[in-house]
Amino acid sequence: MPALLNIRNLRVQFGNFPAVDGVDLTLEAGELLGIVGESGSGKSVTMLALMGLIDAPGKVTADAVEFQGRDLLKLSARERRRLIGRDVAMVFQDALTSLNPSYTVGAQIAEVLKAHLGLRGSAARKRVVELLEQVEIPDAANRANAYPHQLSGGMNQRVMIAMAIACGPRLLIADEPTTALDVTIQAQIMALLLKLQREQGMGLIMITHDLAVVAEMAQRVAVMYAGQVVETGAVPGLFDAPRHPYTNALLAAIPEHNKGAKRLSALPGIVPGALDRPAGCLLSPRCPRVQERCRAERPALEDGVRCFFPVEEAAHV
Amino acid sequence: MLAFLLKRLATLVPTLIGITLVAFGLIRLVPGDPIEVMMGERRLDPEAHAALVKRMGLDQPLPVQYADYVGKLLHGDLGQSLVSREPVSKEFAALFPATVELATAALVFAVGFGLLLGVSAGLKRGSLLDQGVMGMATVGYSMPVFWWGLILIMFFSVQLGWTPVSGRIGIEYDPERVTGFMLIDAWLSDEEGAFKSALMHLILPALVLGTSTLAVVARMTRSSMLEVLREDYVRTARAKGLSPARVVIVHALRNALIPVLTVVGLQTGSLLAGAVLTETIFSWPGIGKWLIDSIARRDYPVVQAGILISALTFIVVNLVVDLLYGVVNPRIRGGGH
Amino acid sequence: MSAVIEKPMEPPGPLREFWLGFAANRGALIALIVFAVIALASLFAPLIAPHDPIEQYRDFMLTPPAWDQDGSTRFLLGTDELGRDMLSRLLHGGRVSLGIGLAAVMMSLLPGVMLGLCASFFQRLLSPAIMRVMDIVLALPALLLAICVITILGPGLVNTVIAIAIGALPGYVRLTRAAALAEIGRDYVTASRVAGAGVARLMFVTVLPNCMAPLIVNATLSFSSAILETAGLGFLGLGVQAPTPEWGTMLSAARDYITRAPWVVTLPGLTILVTVLAINLMGDGLRDALDPKLKKVS
Repeated sequence: MPALLNIRNLRVQFGNFPAVDGVDLTLEAGELLGIVGESGSGKSVTMLALMGLIDAPGKVTADAVEFQGRDLLKLSARERRRLIGRDVAMVFQDALTSLNPSYTVGAQIAEVLKAHLGLRGSAARKRVVELLEQVEIPDAANRANAYPHQLSGGMNQRVMIAMAIACGPRLLIADEPTTALDVTIQAQIMALLLKLQREQGMGLIMITHDLAVVAEMAQRVAVMYAGQVVETGAVPGLFDAPRHPYTNALLAAIPEHNKGAKRLSALPGIVPGALDRPAGCLLSPRCPRVQERCRAERPALEDGVRCFFPVEEAAHV
Repeated sequence: MLAFLLKRLATLVPTLIGITLVAFGLIRLVPGDPIEVMMGERRLDPEAHAALVKRMGLDQPLPVQYADYVGKLLHGDLGQSLVSREPVSKEFAALFPATVELATAALVFAVGFGLLLGVSAGLKRGSLLDQGVMGMATVGYSMPVFWWGLILIMFFSVQLGWTPVSGRIGIEYDPERVTGFMLIDAWLSDEEGAFKSALMHLILPALVLGTSTLAVVARMTRSSMLEVLREDYVRTARAKGLSPARVVIVHALRNALIPVLTVVGLQTGSLLAGAVLTETIFSWPGIGKWLIDSIARRDYPVVQAGILISALTFIVVNLVVDLLYGVVNPRIRGGGH
Repeated sequence: MSAVIEKPMEPPGPLREFWLGFAANRGALIALIVFAVIALASLFAPLIAPHDPIEQYRDFMLTPPAWDQDGSTRFLLGTDELGRDMLSRLLHGGRVSLGIGLAAVMMSLLPGVMLGLCASFFQRLLSPAIMRVMDIVLALPALLLAICVITILGPGLVNTVIAIAIGALPGYVRLTRAAALAEIGRDYVTASRVAGAGVARLMFVTVLPNCMAPLIVNATLSFSSAILETAGLGFLGLGVQAPTPEWGTMLSAARDYITRAPWVVTLPGLTILVTVLAINLMGDGLRDALDPKLKKVS
């Protein structure tokens, strides 16, 4: 059985800035993968490239971007349009701006039902209400006629999720789905996503910068830095024993691991941008374990770690 | 919705009062004795002068005169032309449809092509089409409309002989006046070729008058499209796997047109102003030409009425635009979260 | 730690950054040059014009421009129906048009900004009254308002300036008020106020400099509008009066000469077009350079 998703050496270039600089990812059916990284690490761009939503002047290249065995990059635009929104769907961060303000939420969900499943009229309306109930929106029948600005942030996010699962996708991508929401609502939305994933047996990719969420929910996690995946692994293992210095530093910076300290431990320096990318390992300017080889060569992703000298003992233990 | 309408009407009241004050004050603001101003150079003996003062109510205190004026307005009495002695409202009713026909034709032309060009330019940003459209648009609203009219006459009427130079219809035709709109009247009449003649007479003036508005609408539509295409909900629409046509028309355009609507409302003002110049060039018998002629003849009641009506038209059009805006943009209809 | 990251580039100062943004727009740059040429030519018209603009050469009425076989180098752009040299009239007309435009902008910008600032600083007291009056002025399209004012005051150069200025006033008031209100809510203004700055200082030193960008753009666009309006009024016989040369008045009798002497029609209008176009392109360039929101995403 081929993996649900197989990405090899994905690159997304904007001018001479490599937003995504050689990403490898795999996902099995029904698996929950968390992608973590700071802003600018390329996590969202990777997923947008997968969906085919990167426009000129961005250039997308890869050795392979395979979904259910089919290479997405080789598909025609029309073939790809038949796939996304149906078998692969995405939920975005800010639900209010991601919904069209001039149409009711019901109409926007019905649109996807019509485009992919051919549902119309009362059949579509019925299904819309069912979906809204599935995402736990109270008074679904009436809420379907509301406009996005009439609903709260949490409700809008539920609408987005309903729109995404409407056609029973095999893969759902959630790009920071709760970052813009209140803490209490965050937990609810996360629980909802988890429930839906289990019910529908979907693969779920959760992009977030919140390590706690990943630790709780995901089965596997990929850590990204400056456009590359620097470490992947199963969840409890990676957090207990991180091997990449960056992952190590991330975990060491969590408040819980800094009890009693005067300052949160942090790596000096900043993420390389367009003008200051090192020739060697992208972390080399900041890495506490840096050697000569690191500055000269770029390590490949081997055995889940992109590092010549992986960490043996976690900093926070 | 009704509350919205009433609120908008309420804010208009002071403006309307202000307009009537301006129109009322027009004659009295002209330096000199109002009677002499209106009678022109003709000298009147003191008796006739006093009689006129009494008849026109100029001996009353100003607030009373103003109330009288407004009272007459509400009855549709716009005064009497000094030149023709006919009621202004009668002459106005005869000439207004011509201006409306011209302005409507210009608006249809401008909005129709303006939207088309603006959307195309917005979709293909940076392309040759985009640059060409924007270049032409900038030239379009930098042009003096009266000169543009002369140039087009020079080219199409004189050189090529395709269009006539003046008037609303060939002099050989005389359709019965039913609506006052020459196109409709010519269509309704039985005269052979009348409609074609009316159409040919309308094309050039409408084109000339509409050019500036076309340019503004094209620019506005393009920049609105560019903004909307960057919005998150357009990205969502594409992520839903919808066809590009649907993304552009149903999602992007629907929202991009909203600010264009406001611009169109404002442009009717410049259409009214442009009509004054266009009618002069093409000898189009509308209120613009009538206004200019009246100023030259010092026919102040006509000028007063013309100013009042133009302002009123502009206010009404913008009110309609405001209401349409409420219809088209769910966010301001109320019932927000 | 080794320093692989080089020293960050020095960000350019505000003036240089503005110029870089402006000059990147080729159209705006060309427009600036063209406008400079026109402005200088108009300024030095008395020195460079070959003839007196109001002198009529009765023997040379309707002479074609020099490139036509019937033309002569004595009248490079030909003569009009009264035998007056076109080139000289266009040059002197430039002084009139550009002069009126500049004067009208000054006469509307300065009071407009004052009123806008007052409306924003004394919101409860003054704003409704000021804005209502502006609404009344706005109820009339610009040209019709100018016609109205001319009807009262009579035609002529000075009255043209007044008429146009009145029409442009509400634009500045609204713009300044909106920009000032946006700034007044910000912390730096509160900080100044708490530090004891008086209203005048707050208005002119603290808030106004931060509202300059949209004002400058609007001033450019209203400059070009003023030129078009002046020409329009001149064309209708309501603006600058004969024999003073003005581009619009030069066109008012031109209709009769479309066939016989097309240069009488094309040249003055073309001059208006090129001048207004140059100013509008500069305005576009200014707007793109000054408004950070519109900066192109690379």
